[in-house]
Parts: sequence; C-alpha cells; structure tokens
Amino acid sequence: MARKVVITGLGATTPIGGDVPTMWKNALKGVSGAHTLEDDWVAKYELPVHFAARASTPALDVLSRVEAKRMDPSTQFAVVAAREAWADSGITEIDHDRLAVAFATGIGGVWTLLDAWDTLREKGPRRVLPMTVPMLMPNGPAAAVSLDLGARAGAHTPVSACASGTEAVHVGLDLIRAGKADVVVCGGAEAAIHPMPIAAFASMQALSRRNDDPEHASRPYDRDRDGFVMGEGAGALVLEAEEHALARGARIYAELAGTSVTADAYHITAPDPEGLGATRALKAAMFDGRIQPEDIVHVNAHATSTPVGDKPEYAALKAALGKHVDTVAVSATKSQMGHLLGASGAVEAVLTVMAIYDRKAPVTINLENQDPEIPLDVVTTARDLPAGSIAALSNSFGFGGHNAVIAVRSV
Amino acid sequence: MASNEEILAGLAEIVNEETGLATEAVEMDKSFTEDLDIDSISMMTIVVNAEEKFGVRIPDEEVKNLKTVGDAVSFISNAQA
Repeated sequence: MARKVVITGLGATTPIGGDVPTMWKNALKGVSGAHTLEDDWVAKYELPVHFAARASTPALDVLSRVEAKRMDPSTQFAVVAAREAWADSGITEIDHDRLAVAFATGIGGVWTLLDAWDTLREKGPRRVLPMTVPMLMPNGPAAAVSLDLGARAGAHTPVSACASGTEAVHVGLDLIRAGKADVVVCGGAEAAIHPMPIAAFASMQALSRRNDDPEHASRPYDRDRDGFVMGEGAGALVLEAEEHALARGARIYAELAGTSVTADAYHITAPDPEGLGATRALKAAMFDGRIQPEDIVHVNAHATSTPVGDKPEYAALKAALGKHVDTVAVSATKSQMGHLLGASGAVEAVLTVMAIYDRKAPVTINLENQDPEIPLDVVTTARDLPAGSIAALSNSFGFGGHNAVIAVRSV
Repeated sequence: MASNEEILAGLAEIVNEETGLATEAVEMDKSFTEDLDIDSISMMTIVVNAEEKFGVRIPDEEVKNLKTVGDAVSFISNAQA
C-alpha cells in the first residue's frame, strides 16, 4: 500500500490576490485580474496585444530589495508563494534531509536572459551581471525555495510548458510515496509578461486581441473566445506523508489521492482533437487515487480560452467520466486570472484543494454564450459542493503534448 | 578626481545597494569577505558598479588583491590619477 500523502500548506501570488485567502475570496466572487499594460514597450514594439494579468501584489512588496536583486521575477514569485505555504503548514521542526522541493516553471528567467542580452549589446560583456546565470536558469525557483527552506532531499524542476505546475505536484507525490522525502514543497512560478513572449505567443495566434476590453478577454467555453490572456505569479503546496502530518497534529486540507502525466505524441502545439492523451491522463490519475467517476464532484479545467484548446478537454472529460460529466461542477479559473503558464497548474491545484476543503467551486467569469459543442456544467456563481467524501480533478496541458492531472480527495 | 572620502562614500553606497549593509559599516579597514561577508559574485557586481561610478577599469586579476575597503579606495584613487 502506497504511503498516503496529504496537503497541509498552501501559498499563492496571483493576478487576483497576493496570498491564498485573498485569491480564494476573489475566486468565489468572480473578478478579473486582466488590465491594459501601461508599459512603454507596448507601443515601442507595436505589440498586437496591449493587456495582461499582472500579479496583484508586486513581489518587491513582500521581499527585501537585496534578496530580490538576486532573483529573476519568476523566482521572486516562487519564494513568496513557498514562504506562505510553509508558514501555513505550521511546520516548525523538520529533518531537513527529508524535505524536498519540486518547483516548476514553463519559461524560466526570461527577464534576466533578455535584460542581459540588452546589456551585452548596449554596454559590453563587462556589464553583464555575475548573477545572470543563476538567475536565468529554469531551476532557479526550485533552487531558491530549497535554499530558503533548507530543503536538502533534492530540488526538482519539471518543465512541461503549461503543464509544469501540475507535473511538479505529481513529482512531489512520487517523492513521498517512494520514501525519498517526508515533506515536499511543490509548485510553479512564471513571470513572462515581457514584450518578447507576448510577441511570440501573439505570433502563433494564441493570445486574445480584445485590447479594448481586457477584463472580458479571457472567456473559456464562450462562443466568442479568441485566445488566452497572459498571467503571472506562483502557487505552492506543502505535501506531507500522512503519518508525518498526523504525528505533529497538522491541519490537513485534503488528500492528494492520485496524479498522472501522459504525452500526446501527436503535434508539437496542437492538442489531439479527440483528447486521447488527456483522457489517458484523467483515467490514470483516478486509477492512481482509487477514485471512481461518480466520486468526482468538481473539475478545475485547463480551459485557456483558445478556440482550439477548450473542446478536446471536454472530449477527454466525457471519455473519462462517462455520464457523470454532465453533473460535475466545472470551473475555468483562467477566466479570472489569465494563464499563468508554468505556474497555472500549481495555482489551480491550490484552488482545487481550497474547493474541496471549503466545499465551494470557484467562479468562471465572462461566460455569456456557452459554446454549444461544450455542454459542461460550468460554475458561473460560486457553488456549494456536497457533504460526505468528495473528490476533484485539476487538469493541465502544455505545448509539446504534455498532459498532467491531479486528483484531490476530502479527508 | 574624487577624494578618498568621496570614493569611500561612493563605494559604501554600491555595497549597500548590493548587500543591504548599512553604509556606515563600510569602513576603510574592513575586509570584504571576512568582515562584510561579501561573496565572490557580489564582489564582482560591486567591482563593475564601481568601474562605472568612478570611470576606472579594475582588471579581473586585480580584484583578488582588493582585500579591504581601503585597498579598493586606493586602487580607484590611483586609477583616477
């Protein structure tokens, strides 16, 4: 029998709240974190997209100036979220050799990399900062969190584009089950609201162009959806072997019952139109967690608001849940905070845990005319989840054909 | 041309910016590594910022000889002369 793993700490910094209580309050209310960008580079580079969902609390409001100087913005968000999750867990004593980190990013230190390139071209190699490499490396967030908490059982960085954050939770579960750690701080961070990634995502027609109305741009499942909205921030969870949590009398939010990762091997960016890889991931996560389709009451969907992406996820949910797909409360929280790329799965994992713990499904905003080809029961006003033993799923899919799913169960 | 006092004050600002140490802690006889706990990466950042601020060039092979704040002040002062 595999070790049971529970969730005992949560942290987040997002476009709709700089900590979990604020984010959760807003997620139940239904707010938009998307706004017009005031940066001069929007006009300078004539970007086709003029808006994004920035973190509502700048990392520099939380971190000291000196510690932030040595961190890429993505790492700053990671440390902010991980510190909140760690404090929330209430762990005061720990064998640091049994504490691991699994912290993902989709893109890594893009600000640092491109700032250093600008510096090299404008001022020469002497002016390229000595901290450039440790700041731009994709394992920067995991390394900084490990350093911050004294986690010595390994610091891992799963990278699978927009599935990265969910895959980090999957890695965390595996580490504890395999006996390699008793506690894992896992999560994902992203800070890519920079002109180059915006230009690149826009170039592939992935971003919404609703420049005149940013707050209504992210509209998963809506007939008039036209792309995702860039978001930024981080989410973090403290995973703990159940016996470790019980021994210290910890507050347990939920059980991390099962996780899974699959690959489409279909196309580098387009999702398999039948959602076969996603279906296998959903079924595998439920199997891993010994969960039946009828146990699932809530899904935090990947649902990015792109015309092509939202449909195959419905096909996969239908294939995995059967007739129960009609009665599951589906939340598309990217409608509120945009797409946090490699952080999205981690933030959505936090939201899914809160949904199970608080027994409430968060809100999907901007659903005015639901796509008739996606007849899901979408939560548009906060909805109570049933009493008794319940479970929920959170899906993430990434360029490269990555599918990652976690299954969370009430305790 | 800056006086040694002006160089010390400028250097202290650079150290404060990089490490958060109070400017008053940056005194002539203080060792960068032993007293101020400045690691090699921070030292290189301080050197490059000092080059820009004082309009001098501090060769990489010279940095290891700058053990104290006073060493750095004299090097910069001589380089400006």
